[in-house]
Amino acid sequence: MTAIEIPALNFAALLPLFIVVGTGLLVVVLDLFIADKKSLGWLSLFGVILAAIVGNMQQGGAGFDPAFQNVSLLDGYANFFNIIFLSTAALSILVALGYLGRVGLHRGEYYALLLFATSGMMAMGMATDLMVVFIGLETMSIALYVMSALNRHSRPSGEAGIKYFLMGSFASAFLLYGMALTYGATGSTNFSDIGSVLTAGTVAPMAMLGLGLLLVGFAFKVAAVPFQWWTPDVYHGAPTAVTTFMSVGAKAAGFATLMRLLMVSFPAFAVDWQLAIAVLAVLTMTLGNVAALAQKDVKRMLAYSSIAHAGYILVGVAAATTEGIKSVLFYLLIYAFMNIGAFAVVGVLEQKEAIGTKLTEYAGLARKNPWLAMVMALFLFSLTGFPPLAGFWGKLYIFRAAVNADLTWLAVVAVINSGVAAFYYLSVIVQMYMKPAADDAPEILPSTPATRIALAVAGLAVVLIGILPASLVDMVAKGVFG
Amino acid sequence: MTNFIWLAIAFPLVGVVVNGIFGRKLGRAANGWIAVGTVAAAFVVGVLSFLQVPSLPEHAQIVPLWRWITIGDFEVYLSLLVDPLSMLMTLVVTGVGLLIHIYAIGYMDHDKDVARFFTYLNLFIASMLILVLSDNFLGLYVGWELVGACSYLLIGFWFYKDSAADAGKKAFIVNRVGDFGFALGVFLIWTTFGTLQYTNVFEAAGDKPVAVITAITALLFVGAIGKSAQLPLYVWLPDAMEGPTPVSALIHAATMVTAGVYMIARSNVLYALAPQTSTIVAVVGGVTALFAATIALVQFDLKRVMAYSTISQLGYMVMAVGVGAYASGIFHLVTHAFFKALLFMAAGSVMHAAHDVIDMRRLGGLKAKMPITYWTFVVGGLALAGFPLTAGFFSKDEILAKTFEANIWLYAIGVFTALLTAFYTFRAIFMTFHGKPKDAEVYEHIHENKPVMTVPLVILAGLSIFGGLLGLPGGLGLPNWLDGWLEPVFELKNMFVPAEAVHTGVGTEVGLMALSSTLVILGIVAAWWVYLRKPQIAEKTAQSFAAGYKLLANKYYVDEIYDALFVNPARGLGVFFAKVVDMGVIDMVLVDGTAKSVGYFGRVMSRWQTGYIRNYVVSIFVGAIVIGAYFFLR
Amino acid sequence: MPADYLPILIMLVVAALFALVALIVPYYMGPRNPSTSKSDTYESGKLPFGTARRQVPIHYYMVAMLFMMFDIEVIFFYPWAVIFRQLKIFGLIEMGVFVAILLVGYVYIWKKGALEWD
Repeated sequence: MTAIEIPALNFAALLPLFIVVGTGLLVVVLDLFIADKKSLGWLSLFGVILAAIVGNMQQGGAGFDPAFQNVSLLDGYANFFNIIFLSTAALSILVALGYLGRVGLHRGEYYALLLFATSGMMAMGMATDLMVVFIGLETMSIALYVMSALNRHSRPSGEAGIKYFLMGSFASAFLLYGMALTYGATGSTNFSDIGSVLTAGTVAPMAMLGLGLLLVGFAFKVAAVPFQWWTPDVYHGAPTAVTTFMSVGAKAAGFATLMRLLMVSFPAFAVDWQLAIAVLAVLTMTLGNVAALAQKDVKRMLAYSSIAHAGYILVGVAAATTEGIKSVLFYLLIYAFMNIGAFAVVGVLEQKEAIGTKLTEYAGLARKNPWLAMVMALFLFSLTGFPPLAGFWGKLYIFRAAVNADLTWLAVVAVINSGVAAFYYLSVIVQMYMKPAADDAPEILPSTPATRIALAVAGLAVVLIGILPASLVDMVAKGVFG
Repeated sequence: MTNFIWLAIAFPLVGVVVNGIFGRKLGRAANGWIAVGTVAAAFVVGVLSFLQVPSLPEHAQIVPLWRWITIGDFEVYLSLLVDPLSMLMTLVVTGVGLLIHIYAIGYMDHDKDVARFFTYLNLFIASMLILVLSDNFLGLYVGWELVGACSYLLIGFWFYKDSAADAGKKAFIVNRVGDFGFALGVFLIWTTFGTLQYTNVFEAAGDKPVAVITAITALLFVGAIGKSAQLPLYVWLPDAMEGPTPVSALIHAATMVTAGVYMIARSNVLYALAPQTSTIVAVVGGVTALFAATIALVQFDLKRVMAYSTISQLGYMVMAVGVGAYASGIFHLVTHAFFKALLFMAAGSVMHAAHDVIDMRRLGGLKAKMPITYWTFVVGGLALAGFPLTAGFFSKDEILAKTFEANIWLYAIGVFTALLTAFYTFRAIFMTFHGKPKDAEVYEHIHENKPVMTVPLVILAGLSIFGGLLGLPGGLGLPNWLDGWLEPVFELKNMFVPAEAVHTGVGTEVGLMALSSTLVILGIVAAWWVYLRKPQIAEKTAQSFAAGYKLLANKYYVDEIYDALFVNPARGLGVFFAKVVDMGVIDMVLVDGTAKSVGYFGRVMSRWQTGYIRNYVVSIFVGAIVIGAYFFLR
Repeated sequence: MPADYLPILIMLVVAALFALVALIVPYYMGPRNPSTSKSDTYESGKLPFGTARRQVPIHYYMVAMLFMMFDIEVIFFYPWAVIFRQLKIFGLIEMGVFVAILLVGYVYIWKKGALEWD
C-alpha cells in the first residue's frame, strides 16, 4: 500500500472563496439562535468585504498560481470578477437590510443564500476546468432558485422560483451535454488542454456541437434571446432585493466563464462563435429594448432592460479581442453599480404586496422625495448611456471594441438600440419630474440608513467613473493583463 | 503652491456644493459668507502661486491633474497652466470677484433667494478660473461655455420678470452664435495640429500654412466677438443689465467679457502669424469702441451708460490685441476690471438706495446724501475717462500709443472715442449726483449704504487710482512692470514674427499724452457746461439734431434690425417647422409611426411572454437546435 | 466532418420510425377487448386504489429529501474509508471539514423543525 501523494493545492487562491462560504455557514448557524436578523446582514457584509480585501492582497503573490491541480485559477481576470461579485453582494446586502424588513421578509436565509450564490459565482470566475464551472454554476443557481421563492406567501415569488428552477435545470442539461461532447472530442475538461487539442487538430464536429450547447447553457444564464423568457417573470416575481442581486451577479458570472472558455478553449473556432454571438447580441438587444417599451411596471421594465444590457455586453464578447474583454469587464462593473442602484430605488418605493412599482406610481416623486428622484434619474441616465455618466463610457468602449474588430455593423445596431432604450428610461424620469402625484398614491416610507449607503455608493460610483473613466480603464488593463 | 493651483477652482466649487445643497438650511448670512470665504481662499491660493511664478523654470508650469479619457489616440489630460498671464487673470478674477461677493452680501440683503444667487456666483468664479487656468483649448472651451451658462443663470436670476428672462435668453443665444465659431476654431486646431495643448500648438504653429492659421484665428475671433461683446454681437450686453447689479459688475465688466481678450492674448502666437485676422480684430475693436461710445451719449439709464461704456472699453482692448499690443490689452483689461467693477457697484449702490430707480432723469443731487458712493464714482469715472495719472489713463494711453505706431486712423478713432468717453461719463455723474433732485419722493429715501457695500467701493477706488503703477509708460523711461511680467507669455511669437523695433520717441509719447489729456479735460468741461451750467443746451441740441439723436437713442436700431433680419424670419421658420414639418411630417409619420410600430412589436413580445413554462422551454429547445445545427454544420 | 456522423443521423431516424411503427401497427392490427382491469392504471402489478391526485403530507417529501441527501453523503464515506490510511492526516482533516459542513445543515433542519413529524 503506497501512500497517495497529496498534490500541491494552493489554498491561498481559494481563500476569498472560503471566507465567503465560511461566513455563509456562520450565518446559517447564527440565524437559528439570533432574532435580530439585521446583525446577520452586517456580518455578511463584513465577510464580503474581508473576502475582497484578502483577494486583492493575493495580487502578484502565490495566491495567483493555479490551484487544485489546475482546475481553478485566481488571476487578475478572476480577481476583477471577484470584485464585481463582491461589490454586487455588498450592495445587495445593504439594499436588503432596508427592503426585507419593510416588506416583512426579514429572514436569515437571504444572507446565507446570497453568500453561497456569491461563492458559486466566484468559483465560476476562477474556474479553468469544466467540472469546476459546473459546480460553481449549480452552487450559484440553486441558491438563486431558492432566493427567488423567498417570499413563499406570495404567488408571483413562488412562481418565479419554480420557473427559474425548472428552466434552469433544463438549461443546465444542455450545458452538461455540451461539456460531455467537448470532453468526448478532446479528452480533457481542462480549458487550456481543450484549447491546445482543438488548435492542433482538425475541426471536430463533435467539439463544435459541444461548443454550441455550452453556448446555449451560458446564454440562458445571461438571459440572451431566445433563452430569456424566464427573465421578466422571475425578476418581476422575485423579491426586489433578490432581483437586485441576481440581475447583476448571475449575468456577470455567466460572462466570466463564457469569455474565459471562448478565449482559452475555443480560439480555434473564433470565426464561428463570433458570428453566433453577434447574432445573439442583436436579437437580445433588440427584443429586450422593444419589449421594455411596452412595459407599465418599472420593475418589469428594468428586467427587460437587463436583457438589453446582456445584448450590449455580448457585443463586446463578439469582438473576441483583448480590447473586447477589457470593455466587457469595464462595462460589467459599471452595470453592477447602475443596475443595483436602479433596483434599489425600486425597492425603496415598493410596499407590501408589490404596490408601488407601477410606472404611474412614480409620478411626482421629484416633489415628494427629491433625493430619491435625483439618484434614480442618475442611474437611469447612466443606463441610457448619457455622457458624462459611467454608462456612457461603458458603452463607448464596448462599441469601440466592436468597431476595431471589424464588427461595425454590430456597433451600429447597438447604437440604434441605445437610442430606443432612451425612450423607456426617460419615461420614468418624465413621470418623476413632470407628472403630479396621484391623490391616492401610497406614501413613501423613509429609507433606512443601510439603503442610503447603498444608493450613495452606487450613485458616487456612477458619477466618479463618469468623470474619471481613465483610471478605471487602467485598473482593468493592469489588473487583468498584468 | 503652484502645484495646488487647482484649489483655486476647487474652493468656489465647494461653495457651490454647500450653498447649492444646504443653502436654505444654513440661512442667509451664512450663504453670503461661505461664498465670500471660498472666493477669498481661492484668492489666497492665487496670490501665493502668483508670487512663485518668477521662480518657476521658464516662468511656467503645467500642473497635471489626471488623465481624463483615452480613446485610442485621443488622449485628453486635464491639466492646468500656471504662467504670468494665467496668474494675473486669476488674481483679477478672484480679487475683483471677492470684492463683488462682499458687496453682494449687502446688495442682495432684501432678496429671498440668496442661496441660489451665491451658488451661481461661485459657480461663475469657478468657471472663469477653469477658462483662464486651462492649459489647452478644450479646457478653454469648457470654461467658455460654462461662463456662458452661468451668465444665463445670473442674468435671468429674477426669472419671474419677463425682461430678465428674455435678457438671459438673449445673452445665451447671442453667445451661442459666437461659440459656434469658436468651437469650429477648436476643431480646426485639432485637425491641424492633432493636439489642443497650448504649448504644442504654439510650437508647431510656425510650420503650418498661413491660410489655415488665418482661418483658425478668424473662427476663434468669432467666439471672442460674442463673448467680449464686439460688433455685431454686442447686443446681449446692455440687456444683461436686467440681472442683479453685482452680476453686472462681475460678469459684464470685470471678468466674463474679458474672456475674448484673454483668449486672443493667450493665442498671441497664432494671431501674430495671421496678420489679416489681426487687422480685422483691430478694426472691429476700434469701430466697436466708437460705436458704443456714441450710443452711451444719450442713454438715461445709469447702468446702460455703463454697459455701453464697457462695450466701448472692450473695443479698446480688442483693438490693442489686434495691433499686436497684447500686454497693453491685458493692462487695460486689469485696470478696466478695477474701475468698471467700481462704477457698476457704485451705480448699484445708487439703485439700492433709490429703491431700484436707475433713470438719471429722476435722480440728481445725490452727492450730499451719498458721499462715499459719490466720491468713489467720481474716481471710477475719472479712471474710465482716462483722466491723467489715474489707472485708466496709463492703460488707455499705452493702447493709444501702440495704435499710433500701427495705424493712424485707428488712433484717430481711439482718441475721438476718448473724448466721447469723458463726456458721457461726466454727463452721467452730473446728472446723477449734481444739480437739483428731480424726483422729490425718490430723493427723500436716499441714504448712504452699509459698509459691507461701501468698503469694496473704497478699495476699488484706490486700485483705480494706483492701478496705473503696474504699467508706467516705458516710452518715458519709466519702469513698465507689467510688460516685463508678461514677457515670457508673449516672447514665443517673437520667434516667428520678430518685433519691429519702431519705438516712438519720448517727444511723441509726451505729445500723445498731452493730446489725449487735453481731450479728456475738454470732454469733462463740455459735460459740465451742457448738463450743469446750461441744461437747456442739451435739449436744444437734441432738437436741432433730432434725426441723429433719435438714431442714437434707439441704439442705431440694431435690435430692431436683428429682429427683422434674424429673429422674425427664424421665428417664422420655427413656426413653419413646428406646425408643418414637426407636427405634420415628423410627429405623425416618423415619431408616431415609429412609436406605433415599435409599440406594436413590444405588445407582440408581451403576448409571447405567456408565462407558461412549456412555451418558454420550446423556445429554448428550438434555440438550442438552431445553435447546435449551426455549429455542427460549419 | 459532419458526413462522418451520418450513421448517427440514420440511427436516429430509424429509431424514431421504429417507435412510430411500433405504436401505429398494433393500433390498427391488434384486437381490442377492453375490460375494467385491463384499462386500469398499471401500478407494478398491485391493485391501484383511490385517485392519484390526492394530497400527501408534506412531511413525506421532507423526510424523503433529507434521507436522500444524507444517504449520498454516507456513500461518499465509503471510498474515503477504503483509502483512509493512505490519505493520512490530510484525509482526516478534509473529511472533518466535510462533516462540519454537513453538521451545519443538520443543526439547521433540526432547529427549523423539519425532523418533527407534527
